[in-house]
Amino acid sequence: MTTDGSHQVLTFVLGNETYGVDILRVQEIRGWSAVTKIPHAPAHVLGVLNLRGSIVPIVDLRMRFALERVEYTTVTVIIVMSVSTPAGRRDFGVVVDGVSDVVDVNSAEVKPAPELGSRSATDYIRGLVSVAERMVVLLDIDRLIGRDLALSAGADGDEALAASAA
Amino acid sequence: MTVDLTQFHAAFFEESFEALDAMEAALLKLDVGSPEPELINTIFRVAHSIKGGSATFGFSDIASFTHSLETLLDELRGGRMAVTVAVSDLLLKSVDVLRAMLRAVQAKQPIDAQRVSDLQFDLEVAIARKDEPPAAAGPAVAAAGALSQPGVGGEAAAPKPPRWRVRFHPYRELLARGNDPLRMLRELAALGELEVRVDAQMLPPLADINPQDCYLAWSLELPGEVSEEAIRQVFEWAEGDCDLTIERPACAPEGLREAGLPPQTPAATPAQPTHQAAAAQSPPPPRPEAPAKQEASVSALGDSGSIRVSVEKIDELMNTVGELVITQAMLSQLGSHFDGADAEKLRGGLAQLERNMRELQESVMRVRMLPISFVFSRFPRMVRDLAQRLGKQIELKLTGEQTELDKTVLEKIGDPLVHLVRNCIDHGIESPEARIAAGKSGEGTVHLDAYHRGGNIAVEVSDDGGGLDGERILAKARDRGLVGAGDTLTDAEVNELIFLPGFSTAEKTTDVSGRGVGMDVVRRNVKQLGGKVEVRSERGRGSRFTITLPLTLAIVDGQSVAVGTETYIVPLISIVESMQLKSTGVTRLSGHSEVLSFRGDYLPIIRLHELFGVEPRSRALHEGLVVVAEGDGRRVGLFVDDLLGQQQVVIKSLEANYGHIEGVSGATILGDGSVALILDVPGLIRAASTRAAA
Repeated sequence: MTTDGSHQVLTFVLGNETYGVDILRVQEIRGWSAVTKIPHAPAHVLGVLNLRGSIVPIVDLRMRFALERVEYTTVTVIIVMSVSTPAGRRDFGVVVDGVSDVVDVNSAEVKPAPELGSRSATDYIRGLVSVAERMVVLLDIDRLIGRDLALSAGADGDEALAASAA
Repeated sequence: MTVDLTQFHAAFFEESFEALDAMEAALLKLDVGSPEPELINTIFRVAHSIKGGSATFGFSDIASFTHSLETLLDELRGGRMAVTVAVSDLLLKSVDVLRAMLRAVQAKQPIDAQRVSDLQFDLEVAIARKDEPPAAAGPAVAAAGALSQPGVGGEAAAPKPPRWRVRFHPYRELLARGNDPLRMLRELAALGELEVRVDAQMLPPLADINPQDCYLAWSLELPGEVSEEAIRQVFEWAEGDCDLTIERPACAPEGLREAGLPPQTPAATPAQPTHQAAAAQSPPPPRPEAPAKQEASVSALGDSGSIRVSVEKIDELMNTVGELVITQAMLSQLGSHFDGADAEKLRGGLAQLERNMRELQESVMRVRMLPISFVFSRFPRMVRDLAQRLGKQIELKLTGEQTELDKTVLEKIGDPLVHLVRNCIDHGIESPEARIAAGKSGEGTVHLDAYHRGGNIAVEVSDDGGGLDGERILAKARDRGLVGAGDTLTDAEVNELIFLPGFSTAEKTTDVSGRGVGMDVVRRNVKQLGGKVEVRSERGRGSRFTITLPLTLAIVDGQSVAVGTETYIVPLISIVESMQLKSTGVTRLSGHSEVLSFRGDYLPIIRLHELFGVEPRSRALHEGLVVVAEGDGRRVGLFVDDLLGQQQVVIKSLEANYGHIEGVSGATILGDGSVALILDVPGLIRAASTRAAA
């Protein structure tokens, strides 16, 4: 990640908030299509999709952020991104309400996220930046999703199984 | 200029390992007493190229060891030493040591220096002792001597043309003209075994040395088989910057060597007067058959028109083709809805596309296929060593070596096969005395065979030994509490016992087998590949293990089943039967778990919708279907809504982007582009029993 100069960020909307991710992590943007459910997955992992021959898990960011669920519509999009995890690069898709723009963000203007009680609640936020008078929350997707994927892969059966059996 | 040589390391290791395999194969074919010259040449070339490569990359230990090895091989090649059992053993050991050294260097780990130096010492002792040939070697040497009379020699023992002597005296400014004597020497070494003597007489005192000048001169000796042209080519760019003489004495130096005299080299004589046009001193033209022979050996060395492609690239290609297949399936589906004049043409075109696609897919699949000889090739050596160690006489028969298997399957089948072959040798084949007493020939046979059977590959390991001892197996099983004292088992059931974990009837534990890990590991490994192992045995006649494997790991024959809106694929190999249940066929045990009566057995029913958390079309057992599936020796009934159809599906990894899911082995992409999960029946059974316990 660049520490100086500016870099490009893809912004997207989720409820009333605008979020941003490093554009270099974005593989593609596609419309919503039905996914295949996977057993024993965390609730926000909706299932998997066929992305040009590879099987890619799809995460609902609204559910991840504990926002109210909405119906998927024709404008609902999936942003396919790559995260780096201890196990190597992994691709996954996030369902968001809509994609807004690609903006240049000057690294110097990025403000750290304020500490809000528990640290784990905000450690996936790289910072906040103001773009055209809107607050954009820059996400660290490695922390946000990478850890989820590692968890879902590591703890596979038993916990999820016990949960589903309960 | 420095070149980063590490980029070539991977290729060097890969080629060296392959070359060592070739060397080992050649060694095993080598007949004691009357070795075939071409085989010795092959062996020599391997040692030589490894020596060259390791020297280039600075692996000096390997280079030094191969040098000793090469010296010994050269003695063999020149017929100055006979191939005895001891020598052949020494050479096989050298292969092992070289392999170990290469592996150590590759893994950046220290080399087992003691083992290396011990063997190197043995090699040198063997070379030194060649003049006192053992009794057995005597006639061979004599025979070779007789054959080396000019005109008498047949193909087998063609007399060697005399060696080339090259005097290379660079002028001081050679280096400044962009020539590098070291490179030239390396090139010469690549032509054949090169003897180098450096002449440092012209070297001034250290204080007077100009580091940009060349003060050294060399006397070189090369095998006579090398063409003069090839030697001249090496010096092509240095022409005019050096004195060069290339000559070949009329008489072979072999005579001198055998008389124990050091080979006479031009270094001993004063430097030749300057001859710019060295070609004027044209040596006698090489023997007519020499160039032809060289060509032949080049073609033997060279590849049969193949290229090295990384597996990654092929996988990419497979992915793209897989995508094309799906797109084509979508188009075909769409095309069937069209009406009108052109619709027929469109459908014709789509049908053609489908045929082409299938061919393309098959061709790409075939790229990943390798003949099973890659695995079989390790056995001659193994069998030879084991037989020797155990004092048994064993003939190894290999058939069907050209049967092709997917590379991934091939890599994983090696270890199970090694186990089986070891078992055959250790437990199966009896000692020569016991065999003769039983009216069989003293030499036992182990037979490895591979062939296609349906959509599968069968690999068989059979022996003509004593067969499985049913009584002993049963006694052992009772002893271990694996079988109840009162139970009676059929022969087939008894034979199955050997696949149980921790089961071994070997009376004494040897390092060959008998540690109780073996057959269960074999079965587990083969199962992981989607295959199965069966055994058939006849007392006193031998046993036969048959491994059945899918052609490729990339494709599985599957039955699609529907559960609610989801589609799952059950591998056909795990399916025993599918059936519709009558409401009477099911018993509820302790209120919750359901049990199905199937051919006198009671099978637990796994409701897939419950296990996977899917909303089913119906929860009533008689409204859906039950697929009886088998995994890890247990049978269960999988309750599904419907059977959809059988098809071959391309296996995609879920773990690449997500992770492992209990009860699921992977995913595939269906004709409409959607994803279906492929069930892993043993995993499902485990998941279900964990669940029942919870």
